[in-house]
Amino acid sequence: MSVDKFITLESSYVPLPVENVDTDQIIPARFLKATSREGFGENLFRDWRYAPDGSENADFVLNKSEYSGQILVGGKNFGSGSSREHAAWAIHDYGFKVVVSSFFADIFQNNALNNGVLPVTVSPEFLNDMFKSVEADKSQKLVVDLEKQTISLNGKSEEFVINPYKKNCLLNGFDDIDFLLNRKEKIEAFEAKN
Amino acid sequence: MEPKTLFDKVWDAHVVEKIDGGPSVFYIDKHLVHEVTSPQAFSGLEARGLKVLRPENTIATPDHNIPTENQHLTIKDELSRKQVETLTANCEKNNITLYGLNTPHNGIVHVVGPELGHTQPGMTLVCGDSHTSTHGAFGAVAFGIGTSEVEMVLATQCILQPKPKKMLITIDGELQKGVSAKDLTLYVISQLGTGGATGYFVEYAGSAVSSLSMEGRMTVCNMSIEMGARGGMIAPDQTTFDYVEGREFAPKGDEWTKAVAKWKELKTDEGAKFDKEYTFKASDIEPMLTYGTNPGMGIGISGSIPNEKDIEPTELMSFKKSLDYMGFDLGDKMLGKKIDYVFVGSCTNGRIEDLRVFAAAVKGKQKADSVTAWIVPGSKQVEKQAIKEGLVEILEEAGFKMRQPGCSACLAMNDDKVPAGKYSVSTSNRNFEGRQGPGARTLLASPLTAAAAAITGVISDPRELF
Repeated sequence: MSVDKFITLESSYVPLPVENVDTDQIIPARFLKATSREGFGENLFRDWRYAPDGSENADFVLNKSEYSGQILVGGKNFGSGSSREHAAWAIHDYGFKVVVSSFFADIFQNNALNNGVLPVTVSPEFLNDMFKSVEADKSQKLVVDLEKQTISLNGKSEEFVINPYKKNCLLNGFDDIDFLLNRKEKIEAFEAKN
Repeated sequence: MEPKTLFDKVWDAHVVEKIDGGPSVFYIDKHLVHEVTSPQAFSGLEARGLKVLRPENTIATPDHNIPTENQHLTIKDELSRKQVETLTANCEKNNITLYGLNTPHNGIVHVVGPELGHTQPGMTLVCGDSHTSTHGAFGAVAFGIGTSEVEMVLATQCILQPKPKKMLITIDGELQKGVSAKDLTLYVISQLGTGGATGYFVEYAGSAVSSLSMEGRMTVCNMSIEMGARGGMIAPDQTTFDYVEGREFAPKGDEWTKAVAKWKELKTDEGAKFDKEYTFKASDIEPMLTYGTNPGMGIGISGSIPNEKDIEPTELMSFKKSLDYMGFDLGDKMLGKKIDYVFVGSCTNGRIEDLRVFAAAVKGKQKADSVTAWIVPGSKQVEKQAIKEGLVEILEEAGFKMRQPGCSACLAMNDDKVPAGKYSVSTSNRNFEGRQGPGARTLLASPLTAAAAAITGVISDPRELF
């Protein structure tokens, strides 16, 4: 699967100021029964988004039409728990291209990057500014520039860190399997030696 | 030569190539596969026209999605059945050993790997499951991966990984009576928090760790991910060698002698540096219980839920949201709270020692009428052993029934779901919202604490009962 190219994005954003959002919340286990990668967006945050009878939970941010955009801003320790890549698929399928938090769980971060979703780690203060700004103005925008590795809110910017290899993959839409397949001789040489 | 940690030794020996400014091409010795996180990887492989590079280093077992009753019948849930059938078809097509449903070695992938001797010291193991950290108990580097990475390993036997930082957690002293490996790990997680080891690979050391059995060590390493760690590992020693020796896929004869000599080198050199170190005293650890919706929210069973003044102001909102979900209040005492379900099983505590502890505790007593209990062995081998040892009769006399193996109510993908609003004392690894079924409220504990709750119908201190 080739990933989408990512360069810059200017978008309004959806705030989810909850800490430790685990991948069981992002996509509950009972929706992991598919054998394809498509359609998981429907059940993104299923048990927060819908009541047990299937009706929409009006208090949940994805059900508030005033919030929209391709950026999801979550609380500290986003994506903890299960390694299910379905969480990244659901976020991607729903239409988010960037997830912002002050801290990400490792496996989620890898899974997001492998699906062309950019995880952006910001300082706790900046994260707090984002939550406050969007309460004041729901159409508030964020600008994410992958080339420069910056994220900006109201003219205030922070740099973020991304592995140079992964950055190159996202900028060009490359994926890891192509990279590894090109290393076949080295891998076989390693096997022969060990 | 620079002193190395145990982790460095195993990691460095598996780096095929270091990429400038990037991750390493990292070689995987053993790839474990299950039905839920692999179908998209196999179809990705097929779309590229590729074959599995090393089927001989890959094993598969359906576990997440399977029923724990009537396994001889066709799986009723259509989607579950399709996933299990897809795994079978993918294994047949690619010559991968499959421990299928209704075969003698089926079970939870992290129980099956060690019991068959697939898991060995010094190896690298991955699986599309975060509890792959279990295998670190053998001095292996083992961690969970996503499905794109499963595809990478199927295609090239490698993944691209940056080297994590290193953490040492030392627990010295002797565990008190009634305190087990599960309590030890829940205690450490409660101290570090659910993201406290994110970015790190943990080595567990100290006399409280080395005195654990292999199964206890697996419980500790299994839960490493619950504090965010990439994995956890313990240096192999005689306990490890005794466990591995004679198992089906363990080295035999001269190969065994050579292997043990090599494995004995797998320990952290004196003076080797860690990026972070923590030390705890075993004597500080009580039987543990979680009260919230992440595994870091744990306390000693005789304790109380923290009060507002004990919580960081920035964390208060999430903390209260969690207590609301659980139906608990700030400052509540846990002892005496009514519970509805007990689940004994999972890759954390579904091994024979766990069933022995539970059975010994409930022997001659009766399950509380108000409690529904699910006792689920981790594998067919565990089930067979439990029957052989007479544990099943003990359980039945006490009002319990043993089900068939699988992941079961740990993640409730099958029918083993705790109803909304009900309290479940569970020996599994996660108490996230809805983990055991939509609206279910999970309290993580050891098999012994689960036994105490099952007998009394309320949260009870096992030290006072058994």
